[in-house]
Amino acid sequence: MGQGIWILAEHRGSEFRPITMELLTWGKKLSEHCGAPLAAVLLGHEIGNLEEKLGNYGVQTVYVMDHPDLAVFNLDSHKEAMTQLLKKYLPAVLLLGNSIYNRELAPALSVRLGAFLSVDCTSLELKEGGTFETVRPMVAGKVLAHAAPAVPPGGGAAPAVIVSLRPNVTPRLEPGERATPDLVQVPYEPVPLRTKVLEITQTAGDEMDVTEARVVISGGRGMKGPEHFKLLEELAKVVGGAVGASRMVVDLGWIDHHYQVGQTGKVVTPDLYIACGISGAIQHLVGMTSSKCIVAINKDPEANIFKVADYGIVGDVFEVLPHLTEELKKLLSEKSLV
Amino acid sequence: MNIIVCIKQVPDSEAQVKIASDGKALDLDQVKFVLNPYDEFAVEEAIRIKEKKGDGTVTVVSLGPPRVKDALRSALAMGADQAVLLWDPAFEGLDSHGTAVLLSRYLAGQTYDLILLGKQAIDDDMSYIGPALADLLKLPLVSVVTKLEFSPDYKTAFAQREGERGVEKIEVSLPAVLTAQKGLNEPRYASLMGIMKAKKKEIQEVNAAALGMEGSGTSDLVKSRVTKLDYPPKRPPGKIVPGDAATAAKELVRLLREEAKII
Ligand SMILES: Cc1cc2nc3c(=O)[nH]c(=O)nc-3n(C[C@H](O)[C@H](O)[C@H](O)COP(=O)(O)OP(=O)(O)OC[C@H]3O[C@@H](n4cnc5c(N)ncnc54)[C@H](O)[C@@H]3O)c2cc1C
Ligand SMILES: Nc1ncnc2c1ncn2[C@@H]1O[C@H](COP(=O)(O)O)[C@@H](O)[C@H]1O
Repeated sequence: MGQGIWILAEHRGSEFRPITMELLTWGKKLSEHCGAPLAAVLLGHEIGNLEEKLGNYGVQTVYVMDHPDLAVFNLDSHKEAMTQLLKKYLPAVLLLGNSIYNRELAPALSVRLGAFLSVDCTSLELKEGGTFETVRPMVAGKVLAHAAPAVPPGGGAAPAVIVSLRPNVTPRLEPGERATPDLVQVPYEPVPLRTKVLEITQTAGDEMDVTEARVVISGGRGMKGPEHFKLLEELAKVVGGAVGASRMVVDLGWIDHHYQVGQTGKVVTPDLYIACGISGAIQHLVGMTSSKCIVAINKDPEANIFKVADYGIVGDVFEVLPHLTEELKKLLSEKSLV
Repeated sequence: MNIIVCIKQVPDSEAQVKIASDGKALDLDQVKFVLNPYDEFAVEEAIRIKEKKGDGTVTVVSLGPPRVKDALRSALAMGADQAVLLWDPAFEGLDSHGTAVLLSRYLAGQTYDLILLGKQAIDDDMSYIGPALADLLKLPLVSVVTKLEFSPDYKTAFAQREGERGVEKIEVSLPAVLTAQKGLNEPRYASLMGIMKAKKKEIQEVNAAALGMEGSGTSDLVKSRVTKLDYPPKRPPGKIVPGDAATAAKELVRLLREEAKII
């Protein structure tokens, strides 16, 4: 099928983002399934020798576009760069992460190439004959939709099938045998950049984003006030997780919208989600029910959140949380975690 | 300033979602429809811009079956000036790509300074149309906007949004496509007078022929095919961990480690 399975490698500075290893997991599976070589795209500027590491993951070719306009995300330069690459090399499949930036990039590529796009996929279903279907939640996760290109990719000049994957759902590929990929430096023909970032405040920095965290500790109105969110931060620190929030507390101004989980916030899929003083309104649930394990702490035994929790504690967050943090600290000092 | 807002009518977020008997579509028979919540932010913002600047028109446009007129009327009741419905039986079954292409065909013939959309429709959850329209119309895009300001001459917009590197303040010259994220504003409730007025307003209807689509059909605009809809697997019933706070916390940690094997 076609000319290869591509992943768009995500990196920050000289480090790959975790999503890259998740893309590689599916990339490798598809490459075996379709009998097509696995390749990666690296966009950036002065990115050092990041490409070398990709060989250890079974990537045979790395296409690099290095240009100052690609140093940080700009939709105009990134869609132009990807269009130039896709039109030149005609891969059969492009896998990319469903990030804020790629949510702009992927549809733009889809219209430019007239290509099938499935966004925010949680799985791929491999079919006979080297084809596959994408599986994605819709209607806020109430339904899983299986979709395929209306016209099956015929190889050759057929536009690539574009699939964006939801982060934190797929296991990350572990490096295998040492190998050196072929490196293809592709020149970038610049286009005017029509948007300009004037300033960045509240930098995302080192703080882990709720969508990337393996453990999310969320607080709701039951936390009684912003000053108590430090209880959640302490617990998050102990387990190496991130703090999340319900919309109610965001609306009350206790915490920034950046942390909100749910329909109008972020969709998270951590290994462990701990809901503290959250009632479990449907709009909150749709943002977190795909978590692997859910714990709820709420003093109301009838709270809706218990309907989706694997483990529930009926009790006062102010009594339970300090004990929980203490117990986890004890356990984790014995064993390094998560 | 002419502002166009693209809106979609969607099932209410509280609605029970049922899969139709063919297993490929949603059963929408008993569903209550609303204006997509993110589109409400877009409509509200458009009206505020117009009110602040003191001139211009706000036009809401939707592609969809006749029931979508209700959503257009909700936007008119909030204060939009005009509404346009793009519909033709030939549009049945269009996917995001086809919808974006037809919207762009309509918009290509209009004059506007700004196109606003919601960041995402809460039924298909694609967030496709905004970036796609921007590309089709060769306009710049800023998505998931939470704050919007303009230069005094309204030729440049300053949009704030949460990017991956933090909160970004982005400069873009108009015309441009912007998509609205929660936080942009608090949408108003329509006044009784607004609702009465909206009832009387005419909704302009645009069919396939008017979009130059007669005879050519829309099937080659469709890029994706839904093969099956499923309900997500049900979570097994959970356990309430008994005991006082100290006992329960201790037992929970044991369960997380030994039973769930999470830590
Ligand atoms: C269009 C729309 C979109 C929305 N999007 C979102 C979204 O993205 N995310 C979201 O979260 N919500 C969203 N909501 C809001 C949602 O409907 C709920 O209002 C919100 O989730 C409730 O937040 P909460 O659970 O923190 O507060 P509450 O519902 O007030 O619940 C507080 C809980 O804390 C418990 N509690 C109180 N004190 C204690 C204590 N000392 N110890 C233990 N428990 C205690 C109470 O028993 C209660 O269950 C949306 C709503 C709409 C209409
Ligand atoms: N059929 C439609 N007609 C007009 N605008 C639409 C339509 N579908 C989606 N939109 C707009 O595009 C945004 C994103 O929708 P989606 O790409 O479906 O997630 C919505 O919030 C609307 O503003």
